[in-house]
Amino acid sequence: MQNESRKQWLSSLATADENYLISLWDNLNMKIEYNWLREPEIGSVMVQGKVGATGDNFNVGEVTITRCSLNLDKKIQGHGYVQGRNKYKSKIAALCDALMQTEKKEIIKRNIIDKLIKYKNNKRNEILSKTEATKVDFFTLVRGEDK
Amino acid sequence: MYVSVKGGEKAINNAHSWLSEIRRGDVNIAELNIKQISEQLTLSVDRVMSEGSLYDKDLSALAIKQSRGDLIEAIFLMRAYRTTLPRIGSSKPIETSKMLCLRRISATFKDIPGKQKLGPTFDYTHRLLDFKLLADGEYEKAKIEKYDDKEIPHVLSFLNKEGLIQKEIHSGKTSKDITRNPINFPLTRSERLQSLSRGDEGFLLGLAYSTQRGYARNHAFVGELRTGFVEVQFEIPELGIEINIADVMFTECESVNQFKGSKKIPAQFTRGYGLVFGQLERKAISMALVDRSMRWKEFGEEYLGVAAQDEEFVISHCDNIQATGFLEHIKLPHYVDFQAELDLVRKIREEYKKNEQRT
Repeated sequence: MQNESRKQWLSSLATADENYLISLWDNLNMKIEYNWLREPEIGSVMVQGKVGATGDNFNVGEVTITRCSLNLDKKIQGHGYVQGRNKYKSKIAALCDALMQTEKKEIIKRNIIDKLIKYKNNKRNEILSKTEATKVDFFTLVRGEDK
Repeated sequence: MYVSVKGGEKAINNAHSWLSEIRRGDVNIAELNIKQISEQLTLSVDRVMSEGSLYDKDLSALAIKQSRGDLIEAIFLMRAYRTTLPRIGSSKPIETSKMLCLRRISATFKDIPGKQKLGPTFDYTHRLLDFKLLADGEYEKAKIEKYDDKEIPHVLSFLNKEGLIQKEIHSGKTSKDITRNPINFPLTRSERLQSLSRGDEGFLLGLAYSTQRGYARNHAFVGELRTGFVEVQFEIPELGIEINIADVMFTECESVNQFKGSKKIPAQFTRGYGLVFGQLERKAISMALVDRSMRWKEFGEEYLGVAAQDEEFVISHCDNIQATGFLEHIKLPHYVDFQAELDLVRKIREEYKKNEQRT
């Protein structure tokens, strides 16, 4: 269960709009002490597709990823795997991941994670409603000779 | 043969200064910024990401700016940058059936679950220059309508249920990465698809067109074309938890081709597959057609000796960075090579003259 919710917050942080995440974090104005386990580094993940959408895997191309890891004290570690090349975004993600395992969980959830989820849902709804407006409604005409 | 030639340093530096100035253009006109390119020249950005084989909009926009809009030069820059990145790992295979579609059409079935949705398309525009864009910043707003947020199934899955279309093979083998391993022919279909997905749009378009005109018996229908965002899932190595690490836009094309059947297989439809980064449907369709034409052996079809059937020809020439690298290197100094040729031709001519005088 813990893994399910961690999966969700890590996903929200990873795909967050970087400017939005940075502004949410900066607004909290939290001073957190931490040590680097791995300083932010930019790399890539190879995206795999499926042949014919259902068959064997194949490599489509890479996507840029930034990652870092830190600990708050000896026990709690945070990992920041995020899309793109923003090291600060990666650090924020790692800090949020770590704080979500502490008593500050509620603050982070309410002020960051929930807002990221809402932001993403709004984007999703916007696309869906615009796509829907371009739905084709067919109507058939009766040909003369059939009468 | 390459021989180091010294000199020209000042000329090169000055040439690059001029390049920098000419890239900036008229200084009385506002400079382009990266966000303007990534927001307003989206399809150029998509093409550079697709053929650069790296999904990163800002980098792609930067490459386009740096290359003065020369997209092959921009793709070159992306590829060069890509090689500097440490590979963190490989994603789980994406589920395009869960795509958040901006567009989804089928040319084979009119009424399909999930319906035909045109999305932001150039189709059905009149292809007349719009002089309004010269004048003001006005634009039309997209309309919105209420929707059902349901998964949109692939059109070809319906044919699949009836056994009317060939099923894709799921061998469970991992695909060799053609950017990490040398290419050895014959290739697996997975390797071919990786190569096509980063291949040159113009080259693939030409080949696909050739199959339509009869150079490979290959009459294709667009079974389905969809563009939208797909969640990329990746397992965090430290945690063993799979997360949605990136949202990536793809265009996917599934083509349907007739197949008259063989001794082993009754008549059924076969598929071609195209999957590319971004909203590049011309390329996705081309890729599907070329994928299908290279599958002749698998179906026991006749080899007609045409380019689009020849995987060695297609795969060896579809990469525009390899192509342009080799093509453009011939404009660099070849003074010594040419000197040798010149000497040779002079010698042959002298001998020819001597022989003529003798007779």
